[in-house]
Amino acid sequence: MRWEALREAGPGMSMAGQDARLEARPEGEGLRLVFHGRLEAGAAARLWPEATRRAARARPLILDLAGLTALDTAGAVLLLHLEHLAGEARWAGMPPGPLQAVLDRTRQALAAPPPEPPLPLPWLGLIGQATIERGQGMLAQVAFLGEALVAGLGTIRRPWRLRLSEMLRHLDEAGLRAFGLTLLLGFLIGLILAFQSSIPMRQFGAEVYIPNLVGISLLRELGPLMAAVVLAGRTGSAYAAELGTMVVNEEVDALRIMGIDPVAWLVLPRLLAAMLVMPVLALLMDLAGLLGMAAVMATLGFPPAGVIAQLQSWVQLKDLLGGLFKAAVFGLAIGLVGCRAGLGAGRGPRAVGDAATAAVVGGIVSIVLLDGIFAVLFFRLGL
Amino acid sequence: MEPVVRVENLAARFGGRTIFEHVSFEVRPGEVFIILGGSGSGKSTLLKHVIGLYEPAEGRIEVLGEDIDTLRGEARQALLRRIGVMWQSGALFGSLTLAENIEVPLEQHTALPAEARALVAQAKLGLVGLADAALRLPAEISGGMAKRAGIARAMALDPPILFLDEPSAGLDPITSAGLDALIRQLARELGTTFVVVTHELQSILAIGDRCIMLDKDAKGMIAEGDPRRLREESENPVVRAFFRREVLA
Ligand SMILES: Nc1ncnc2c1ncn2[C@@H]1O[C@H](COP(=O)(O)OP(=O)(O)OP(=O)(O)O)[C@@H](O)[C@H]1O
Ligand SMILES: [Mg+2]
Repeated sequence: MRWEALREAGPGMSMAGQDARLEARPEGEGLRLVFHGRLEAGAAARLWPEATRRAARARPLILDLAGLTALDTAGAVLLLHLEHLAGEARWAGMPPGPLQAVLDRTRQALAAPPPEPPLPLPWLGLIGQATIERGQGMLAQVAFLGEALVAGLGTIRRPWRLRLSEMLRHLDEAGLRAFGLTLLLGFLIGLILAFQSSIPMRQFGAEVYIPNLVGISLLRELGPLMAAVVLAGRTGSAYAAELGTMVVNEEVDALRIMGIDPVAWLVLPRLLAAMLVMPVLALLMDLAGLLGMAAVMATLGFPPAGVIAQLQSWVQLKDLLGGLFKAAVFGLAIGLVGCRAGLGAGRGPRAVGDAATAAVVGGIVSIVLLDGIFAVLFFRLGL
Repeated sequence: MEPVVRVENLAARFGGRTIFEHVSFEVRPGEVFIILGGSGSGKSTLLKHVIGLYEPAEGRIEVLGEDIDTLRGEARQALLRRIGVMWQSGALFGSLTLAENIEVPLEQHTALPAEARALVAQAKLGLVGLADAALRLPAEISGGMAKRAGIARAMALDPPILFLDEPSAGLDPITSAGLDALIRQLARELGTTFVVVTHELQSILAIGDRCIMLDKDAKGMIAEGDPRRLREESENPVVRAFFRREVLA
């Protein structure tokens, strides 16, 4: 309504002809800026550079509005900015009524000072802050492991409290639905490994030993590791996103107020599912990889029976079991990192995305760290 | 009579930013107590402090005679089963149907058999006019329906005290009036105490026995008392503007 009225305030409606004009007249020591016509967004933008340049040097500044026929918020902002630049300005010829109201309303709206940005830290402070944050993050992760452990022990005492249906759903989503991807990845990795190693091995006439090489690296390292990457990408991120959404929607608070421990209710079924599913995924990865390797061997002229014999002579049961054990621990770590990222989500929709990212990055980093620890451990134990 | 909720000199801060301080009030049994205030004044924050989700930066909170912040284990469970909360966003569990949502607190706090739980859930849904939506998921109902389902879930255990965060925001006037009638009825017939966050003027005047008003700029309480008297008598310009729907100068 008000804006309509403003439009009509100007006589003769030819827009181009009525567009604002700026006239600068020296007056005593200072400067008088006279505005004519319709000072609206387009005109304000056009006049901005010239007006601010002139106003900055004018002491005192007189803003003469007698010739104005229309004013919108952008125009008012320009005028107020000029006043601010000059430090001290006198107003002249302001037509009363709607134009004055626009100016007053804009002035009032700008009166509240914008929030001050926090002081930037010096670089040493930034390093310190990052260190503290990382440290606290790690501590929180350990504390979360403790919470999950307590919840798990509580569930052992009262096993009927475990939400079985929920766990089955997660077993299905983390496991069954990942089978296709796992098989495909495993097969390709076995294929590539065997093919790449066949090139140097052939120079020494040692192609027979390709199954030894590929078999060991698959069972001990690559099978569990690749399965873990699949789990982190598919399931860790899903855990974080799902729990993060629940936090944002106050569902987690609602659980707490019902006296239900969110860790026991939400985290435990997911953790168990991730832990149970990982050895299976790793085993599938192993088998598919060996199949891929066998395919390459077949093209090199080694029949499957020979490959199997070679594997049997070299690979031991403990290689397989060690790998599967590692896989279960990786599953636990990915589940923990994912759930913790979700439950720790902040407020607002971005929080969920951040949580999912943190889950995948944190999951993969923790797998690699754990794998390093396992390498040393298994070596020491002579496994 | 012992107050149901007692808040003494409470302060809430997030990362050094004070939301409010020096907040003290008491809620008496069987009354409908209203927390008023503009958007962002800290009403939901105050509610979350009272129900023990946030730790007070300063001050003390007692609910049903117990210090909710230091309570642990069984005692805490016993207290939690005697309060119901309806959340501003509904906070229904997305993977469960409405009926299952209401059964969650029943499952946690009672040994009722599945059949009985289902009946209680159905009854509560009927009470808020959602009987035919029992099997739907939260994503499949409207915002107002989610609010009502949230109230039904808060009432699942017939708690003596109910906390409602903006129960009638987003409801049409008829549904909202029905809700007000329900609140009054429960307060009168069962002696249920209500702590309600709202800014619906009509609702406040219809159901409120007493109220406090928070203000963002004052960072605390600016009024306390009977809303009808505040409307007539308050000298505070913010309070007056609120009750008379005026624009603040
Ligand atoms: N967990 C939190 N972390 C940081 N700041 C918060 C948090 N919760 C609330 N706040 C801040 O506290 C202030 C009050 O928020 P609160 O949700 O209590 O407002 P409200 O009075 O309920 O408003 P509305 O009527 O819009 O629901 C806001 O400025 C908000 O940014
Ligand atoms: Mg709120």
